[in-house]
Amino acid sequence: MNWKLNGQVAISLLLAKWRQTLVAAIGVTFGITFFITLLSFMSGLNDLLDGLIGNRTPHVRLYNEVQPNDKQPISLHPDHQNDYHFIRSIKPRNKLARIYNYSAITQTLEKDPRILGLAPKTTTQVFYNVGTVDIAGVIYGIDVEQEAKLFMFADYVTQGNFMDLKNVSNSIILGKSLAEKMMVNIGDIIQLTTGKGQQVKLKVVGFFESGLMDFDKTQGYVYINTAQKILGVSNNEITDLQIKLKDITQAPILAKEFAQTFELNAIDIQTANSQFETGGRVRSIISYAVGITLLIVAGFGIYNILNMMIYEKIDSIAILKATGFSSQDVNLIFVMIALSIGIFGGFVGLIGGLSLSYIIDHIPFNTPALPTIKTYPINYNPKFYLIGTIFSLITTYLAGYLPARKASKIDPVVIIRGK
Amino acid sequence: MLLSVENKTILEAINITKYFHDPITVKVLDRVNLTIKKGDFLSIIGKSGCGKSTLLYILSTMDTNYEGDLFIDGVSMKNRSQSFLARVRNEKIGFVFQFHYLLNEFNVLKNVMLPGLKLNKKSPKEIEHDAYEKLKILGIEKEAFKNPNQLSGGQKQRVAIARAMINEPIIIMADEPTGNLDKKNTEIVFDIFQKLATHYHQSLLIVTHDQEFANRTDKIIEMQDGKIIH
Ligand SMILES: Nc1ncnc2c1ncn2[C@@H]1O[C@H](COP(=O)(O)OP(=O)(O)OP(=O)(O)O)[C@@H](O)[C@H]1O
Ligand SMILES: [Mg+2]
Repeated sequence: MNWKLNGQVAISLLLAKWRQTLVAAIGVTFGITFFITLLSFMSGLNDLLDGLIGNRTPHVRLYNEVQPNDKQPISLHPDHQNDYHFIRSIKPRNKLARIYNYSAITQTLEKDPRILGLAPKTTTQVFYNVGTVDIAGVIYGIDVEQEAKLFMFADYVTQGNFMDLKNVSNSIILGKSLAEKMMVNIGDIIQLTTGKGQQVKLKVVGFFESGLMDFDKTQGYVYINTAQKILGVSNNEITDLQIKLKDITQAPILAKEFAQTFELNAIDIQTANSQFETGGRVRSIISYAVGITLLIVAGFGIYNILNMMIYEKIDSIAILKATGFSSQDVNLIFVMIALSIGIFGGFVGLIGGLSLSYIIDHIPFNTPALPTIKTYPINYNPKFYLIGTIFSLITTYLAGYLPARKASKIDPVVIIRGK
Repeated sequence: MLLSVENKTILEAINITKYFHDPITVKVLDRVNLTIKKGDFLSIIGKSGCGKSTLLYILSTMDTNYEGDLFIDGVSMKNRSQSFLARVRNEKIGFVFQFHYLLNEFNVLKNVMLPGLKLNKKSPKEIEHDAYEKLKILGIEKEAFKNPNQLSGGQKQRVAIARAMINEPIIIMADEPTGNLDKKNTEIVFDIFQKLATHYHQSLLIVTHDQEFANRTDKIIEMQDGKIIH
């Protein structure tokens, strides 16, 4: 088969109908541009939301749940070793949900090469006192440096210096919405009541905005030692040990392993946030669906122009066949026309997609909920460009396939007799 | 006109029979036998609808739906693949239709070159040279770089003849090549065929309604109701 000659014929047919060809190519350009932009934007959005969760959520969280002891006295009694025990209404012991041997666990985990870092946390329920009103809330005692290093704590502290939590004794950083509700400013002293009824005074050194309003309305951060003091517990007792891993995908496996080793409860990020993953996947599916739909529409454009071309050039096709071009030659000519529309339109579409993404990437996007985000998020993943290219080639090939076959089947005798 | 016996047979049709089934089955060609030797200058005449075009489409391998056998250059054309037949048409047969069928996307010279480029036996430069020579023989070399739609009807038909000649086919077939032309142009085209036959010993098989022209050929084949009667 003579590729060069067939190519020449294809090009001349293309140029003879360059207006319609251009329209068909613009269809492909349009499809690819939006396909890429949509995917980049949606993926950027997913990353942003994942970051929102992922940045402050430990990959594995170890904690000790309030639950009844598995080993009840009767099972320890020598006379009843081989019996089956029915015990109803077992209640947990009066022992709070804490990790008691924190330093021992830390020592073991710090040697583990799979772990990026550890941050202890002591959570406690409190009431924020505002005049005569009590607002139910939570305070977290955190290791400020670890929290900043592993969970971007500093990013969310929008006013005040997060290190003051450690440097100023009895200090607190309040959620912005909570502070507004309590009408306090930095430097003010607030009072709160602990679960056991004690009253504590703390100095406000900053505000944080997590991006999740419900958090900001009820939460405050204190230094871990302050929290332990408020609770009246030793330095060795914490409620949660947050673990960040080097490989997030290992979280479910390691959570199980740690739970067994330390006889604690453990939850991994995937289990804790499955709804976010689902949301992200749905967003991706929607963008793929829309993008592919656009490409299919573009494919119909190509299909149309080729059919029109064959209809108008049927005499030329007949004479080519009469003078010795084979069916395969004619088929190749029209497939080449389709593919060149696809390649040209697709290539411009790739550039268009990149440009549009770039523009979106620079549109200001300021929201109090996301203090670290200044513009709309875009993920410039080359994968999208690759997928776009492949899809545009596939759709144009399919769009060209039927017309090309039709052209190759043209019987010159029928056409010539018809004159 | 005597045909010398030692001349090689280039085309042989044996008992060609053809039916059309739409709307009813009709026998359009009935056991047609025909032998063409190298250098023959033949014309086919007959009433409208007697099957001249149908026969020509079969002889040129474009129509494969017939009974009987067809040998071109000693090779049977029966049960051959489409691409094989395309190759035969390209290499061995030149065809001139009533309508010129030039491609408006290409200039005159390129139109003549196309079958040569398809055959791909010579370099594009040589083919271009050959094409120009053919146009010269037909007296239209001045139009070489024009677009086909800038030409008169007679000129277009001459370009079509040049295109049929480009691969030096063993035979050129023409189906009422002057059907669309006025008297003057008809005369020019017939003179060209005459010249090709006498000067270049090109084998020609020409369907015509023009008795005067038919008389100038070496042999007249007369058809009636799908049969050759002379
Ligand atoms: N596709 C077809 N289907 C059915 N019948 C056909 C078809 N093509 C041609 N015929 C019939 O076959 C017969 C021969 O047609 P053909 O075109 O070969 O005649 P012709 O001798 O070339 O006539 P003309 O001198 O008018 O060109 C005619 O009767 C015609 O009606
Ligand atoms: Mg006819």
